[in-house]
Amino acid sequence: MNLTLKIWRQKDSKAKGQMVDYKVTDISEHMSFLEMMDVLNEQLVNSGEEPVAFDHDCREGICGMCSMHINGEAHGPDRGITTCQLHMRMFKDGDTITIEPWRATAFPVIKDLVVDRTAFERIQQAGGYISVNTSGNTQDANSIPISKHAADEAMDAATCIGCGACVASCKNSSAMLFVGAKVSQYALLPQGQVEAADRVRNMVEQMDKEGFGNCTNTGACEVECPKGISLENIARMNREYLAATFKG
Amino acid sequence: MALDSKVPKGSIKDKWTDYKNNINLVNPANKRHIDVIVVGTGLAGGSAAATLAELGYNVKAFAYQDSPRRAHSIAAQGGINAAKNYQGDGDSTYRLFYDTVKGGDYRSREANVYRLAEVSANIIDQCVAQGVPFARDYGGLLDNRSFGGVLVSRTFYAKGQTGQQLLLGAYSAMNRQIARGKIEMFNRHEMLDVVVVDGKARGIIARNLITGEIERHSAHAVVVGSGGYGNVYFLSTNAMGSNATAAWKIHKKGAYFANPCYTQIHPTCIPRSGDYQSKLTLMSESLRNDGRIWVPKNMEDVMAIREGRKKPTDLSEDERDYYLERRYPAFGNLVPRDVASRAAKERCDAGYGVNATGEAVYLDFASAFERYGKEQAKIHNIQNPSPAKIKELGQAIVEAKYGNLFQMYEKIVDQNPYETPMMIYPAVHYTMGGVWVDYNLMTTIPGCYCIGEANFSDHGANRLGASALMQGLADGYFVLPYTIGDYLSSDIRTGAISTDSKEFEEAEKEVTERINFFVNNKGTKSVDYFHKKLGKVMWDKAGMSRNAKGLTEAMAEIKAIREEFWKEVSVPGTADEMNPELEKAGRVADFLELGELFAKDALMRAESCGGHFREESAELDGPQKGEAKRNDKDFAFVAAWEYKGEPADAVLHKEELEFKDIELKQRSYK
Repeated sequence: MNLTLKIWRQKDSKAKGQMVDYKVTDISEHMSFLEMMDVLNEQLVNSGEEPVAFDHDCREGICGMCSMHINGEAHGPDRGITTCQLHMRMFKDGDTITIEPWRATAFPVIKDLVVDRTAFERIQQAGGYISVNTSGNTQDANSIPISKHAADEAMDAATCIGCGACVASCKNSSAMLFVGAKVSQYALLPQGQVEAADRVRNMVEQMDKEGFGNCTNTGACEVECPKGISLENIARMNREYLAATFKG
Repeated sequence: MALDSKVPKGSIKDKWTDYKNNINLVNPANKRHIDVIVVGTGLAGGSAAATLAELGYNVKAFAYQDSPRRAHSIAAQGGINAAKNYQGDGDSTYRLFYDTVKGGDYRSREANVYRLAEVSANIIDQCVAQGVPFARDYGGLLDNRSFGGVLVSRTFYAKGQTGQQLLLGAYSAMNRQIARGKIEMFNRHEMLDVVVVDGKARGIIARNLITGEIERHSAHAVVVGSGGYGNVYFLSTNAMGSNATAAWKIHKKGAYFANPCYTQIHPTCIPRSGDYQSKLTLMSESLRNDGRIWVPKNMEDVMAIREGRKKPTDLSEDERDYYLERRYPAFGNLVPRDVASRAAKERCDAGYGVNATGEAVYLDFASAFERYGKEQAKIHNIQNPSPAKIKELGQAIVEAKYGNLFQMYEKIVDQNPYETPMMIYPAVHYTMGGVWVDYNLMTTIPGCYCIGEANFSDHGANRLGASALMQGLADGYFVLPYTIGDYLSSDIRTGAISTDSKEFEEAEKEVTERINFFVNNKGTKSVDYFHKKLGKVMWDKAGMSRNAKGLTEAMAEIKAIREEFWKEVSVPGTADEMNPELEKAGRVADFLELGELFAKDALMRAESCGGHFREESAELDGPQKGEAKRNDKDFAFVAAWEYKGEPADAVLHKEELEFKDIELKQRSYK
């Protein structure tokens, strides 16, 4: 198929960006979206132009690097996938595809489609861990039975890949789905209880400092999340936060 | 220089304990004055960085990704082995040790493997304490599954995302130390050289991938945990950015590179679909617990399927050739990876491949649906369930176990694997070879350590499933933090290492000159052009089966590609900005050297062992006909190569392998 691409080009974080049109031809429907971008970039390199910078790495939907806003949707039109898992069979010959970076104050553009997501790093550093040193003397892994239900629910929250699609999809650029998932994973497990109050307080405080917006329950984040992280995690974080406030 | 593996004396069971009791320690007050650089933040690098910082060292950690959490360990699916014997099925430290040495086709160092098995149980305890949500059964205890090449269930897992969960565990431990200031994290930085001062590794040169700035970083020791070199094939299951540059740079500065020809071709990957393909996707080995591998028995059926006249589900049981069950009745579909891959290649080479390219076999879950469905019907007391009900109940169980993998398959191939068998074919996945290290995990450069997939030490010529995660975390959490202390104990009076020395200056100059060459070369061909060309030679001549003629040609061809690369490569953009093409150019330049050494090593090793199959060395008759033939008399050694300029001139050093605790015998899975 032949396509027109409208892509955000921006030289660096200080430059003013703009949408630029490109044409690609003979695109196979079996290609992944990023393979289509490879074709474009090969074309640009061969004509001596600078290729489009975009983040990507594992190309199997787990590392969370890839981050394109395609036709107004984070990770494009398909559900439950990252950009690297989007296939060209979702498009048809003659389509015009708009490709933008994640847009959020807390995610400044570094170059073209690459954004700076280190705000997520700082939120996790504020409390996204259990304080246990590596010793080889921790108690036996089976010494605390954990109900299958709780373990599975913690796992569901823990599958978040930290891509930032939730922020990019939210009209308020809220990071509450991301933070809620991390808070939930530990809140659901007995190991996480000891530091639960401090954790949620510190992570929420850092989230606010980074300039993410608030949640107004529209649920766009849940729809666009490639890993199906549920809104329940935001509710749980709010409960945990409220409880932590009362604990003083 | 003679290779000294520094394996402690004593019985294999006591070596590690005695070693720990007798090494020098660094007191906490002194640790505060010692800096350690860790390159790579996957399971090995991430766990090492966190643990060293917990101990009190000042750690500087480097990742080319925008977060340590994105290192490619994240993509490991199936699980992590540990000799916990929670299932009471006869597992033990010795058995894990034995399975790993046998699985590696008797080409690994016994003492290292025993230590790995010994610390494996601690890893699970540590990860659970960190909040890693491993799968549990209804009693709340940890669940296990089985992997290829073993007869017990010792694999712990978190759905099909075990690597992700373990890495997030190590990452959370890192975050705690980053918050305390004990780890200084350098995201989007790439190590481009190691700096050796007075014979010791004392720092690195790194490039800031956002600004292009070249930076000097000093430390008392350098730890490289940068992963494997599978991308030398261009197409592999590795991440796009996975590269050998850090490992290759230390090789060029004096670290020997061991057994580069030991590469794991993983049997269950999604087949390639076209020339535009950028990478291959793995379908976890855990699927072989429940999936059965087959091709049609009759060529007419193969043709009918390829032409779309028949569907695989149309074939009756006796029209199918479950070739692994046929050839290896004892292990069946759970033979080790090298064996399963070669068997798939054998069927496809014989013309039985089931897709248009002739390079695919089926992985079929129909009998698992039925088995689980019947069991569920019993559990739920459903009398006389219809076949449809059985299938439905069975599919729900399979979905709970492997749902994310089935979804991944459907998204890529556009076929529903619940309704039609998956198509799979082997693909490059893991490299057992790597930087040579002694028992302390130190390379032949004093003060330079190498951990995880980047080193050669534990898997011999073939790695068993679910052992990579085990090794990465064993090295980082439980081995390196001890061994590095012994070395650093002599550095307590050294003080901070200056970056103003001539050694740093020279290393920086070399790095800068190379970068300037790339951006100024203005050649005619893209970096990918050369990478793909290299990959094709590697796959065709140093892939699943190899012979002397092909390997000799490969060496010459790779050299020619390298020469063309340095003339014709084109890198747009400048050096002082984010420039992904420039990053790739440096990595491919290193692969173009590594590839040739790889072929040279494969040519030298005129035996078949594990993932290295030499056509000249196969069993010609008897019950093992067609299987790989090892030659212990001439090749029971580690091949450690010393850099001497051109890869073809590399000098071979042999570390003879001694097997005192395991009898050397033919590896049989029949």
